[in-house]
Amino acid sequence: MSEQNLFKVTIDNISIEVPAGTTVLQAARLIGGQVAPPAMCFYSKLEGSGGKCRTCLVEVSKGSEKDPRPMPKLVASCRTTVMDGMEVKNITSEKVLDARAGVVEFLLLNHPLDCPICDQAGECHLQDLSFEHGKADTRYEFQRRTFKKHDLGKNIQLHMTRCILCYRCVFTADQLTNKRVHGILDRGDHAEIATHIEKSLDNEFIGNVIDVCPVGALTDKTFRFKNRVWFLKPMDAHRDCPTCSGRVTLWNRGDEVYRVTARKDQWGEIEDTPDGKPGWICNTCRFDKKETSDWTIEGPREISRQSVIAQGHYAGNIGTTKPNETFKAVNDGRAPHLLMDIHDESEVNQPNIHLGKIQGPSHGDTFNTNNTHKA
Amino acid sequence: MQPLTNKAQAVSRAPMTFWERLYLINIIKGMFITFSHMFKKQPTTRYPEEKRAFSPVFRGLHVLNRDEEGRERCTACGLCAVACPAEAITMEAAERETGEEHLYREEKYAAKYEINMLRCIFCGLCEEACPKDAIYLSETFAPANYTRKGFIYGKPDLLIPNPKTEASDLALARGVEA
Repeated sequence: MSEQNLFKVTIDNISIEVPAGTTVLQAARLIGGQVAPPAMCFYSKLEGSGGKCRTCLVEVSKGSEKDPRPMPKLVASCRTTVMDGMEVKNITSEKVLDARAGVVEFLLLNHPLDCPICDQAGECHLQDLSFEHGKADTRYEFQRRTFKKHDLGKNIQLHMTRCILCYRCVFTADQLTNKRVHGILDRGDHAEIATHIEKSLDNEFIGNVIDVCPVGALTDKTFRFKNRVWFLKPMDAHRDCPTCSGRVTLWNRGDEVYRVTARKDQWGEIEDTPDGKPGWICNTCRFDKKETSDWTIEGPREISRQSVIAQGHYAGNIGTTKPNETFKAVNDGRAPHLLMDIHDESEVNQPNIHLGKIQGPSHGDTFNTNNTHKA
Repeated sequence: MQPLTNKAQAVSRAPMTFWERLYLINIIKGMFITFSHMFKKQPTTRYPEEKRAFSPVFRGLHVLNRDEEGRERCTACGLCAVACPAEAITMEAAERETGEEHLYREEKYAAKYEINMLRCIFCGLCEEACPKDAIYLSETFAPANYTRKGFIYGKPDLLIPNPKTEASDLALARGVEA
């Protein structure tokens, strides 16, 4: 019986057998690499997601073994299930590449180019997508849409102008929390993420909307403007949390925890815990545990070599053991004659300012040197 | 191997003659070459009094730019620091508060911005990476010193004079450069 349910699908001339009911996107992800279409709205851990952004469009050149006619239009691979003998073209199809460049152009119509300010830069899926599949220019000549700013509480920062309306955060709130308080209001060009009226999001699991957001629309307020992600040191860590799995990635500068996120896999989705459930983390772990002593550090997180975050080359046992001071050992036990402490000269990374412990973004007075940190 | 040019000459191992051993001819030849240089164009410049013009692509000390209204252009995006092969650039970002709109161009700004001139190799990659036209390499040298202190340049050292409030300073700085 189980053999009957296996369908053979060929994507970009690579064949794979998958169970019936698998979507083309999931089958392509099983093959991996460039064969997997990009996805902005589909999130395998969220039921019902997908079908909105159209970046995962593929060409079906042969419908199935029984009905070999090609599908007349490009189809969204996240919502199309495989048929036996189906042949799919992704990067081998000119039509798909052209359509995808068009989709990227549409997604970027109203997206502000404020990547230098945006905290998501470096791990933004839209950045990757436009870099890999987009064109360098836009043909849009009008003002980009703007919105009245909404406050979503003390932990989550909303930048509505950056939103691409993928609905992932709506599904997250529906499926992880018992009562959703935010959603998409209005229609068309005016559609926006908001609460009705001006509520703050404070469910214990609502912080996961930050991790599922493919762009910088929902970001961590406790990390806002603290540092760029590629200057931080990502480390796997865990703690014994009564509400969630407690398995997280810490983003440190030195010994200071700047940010806590869930662990993400190669598709940018939340990694599963060893018992097979998605490793969503609770707000306590994400926003309140900003001490290294709160966590058991497992070691540096493996980051894809292609990512800018890998520029720090953190590997080996960094984070778990401290390097030894070698100067005395190589100098017959003598201390250095002349030593310049960098903190005497430099005003950056001052040891008495603990940015990780400041609730919101830092301001000008945070760095006044005779000022210790404001809790 | 076959000689590639006809410049190679076989070394003569024959003992020197009397005239050759006197070295008189060769000394006069050498003196003549030295003397002839007195009539050639001098390649050196007498530095403090006389200054050589910089080439248009010269890369010297960095400046942090302001816009026409005198607001700082830098938003602490970190692209210069990540592009820097010498890892000389560090910064701390901060959020612009209400009332600071005339100081900083964007929502986020560099509260601290430092270039370690001991590390900097003046390659200009920071200038190339900057998306906000905020950092430029000027036509000035970093002054030399006997100690390593004072080579970490902060924002007060790098920022150009405000065109609104310090217009005369800016004109002076531009005039000296030109």
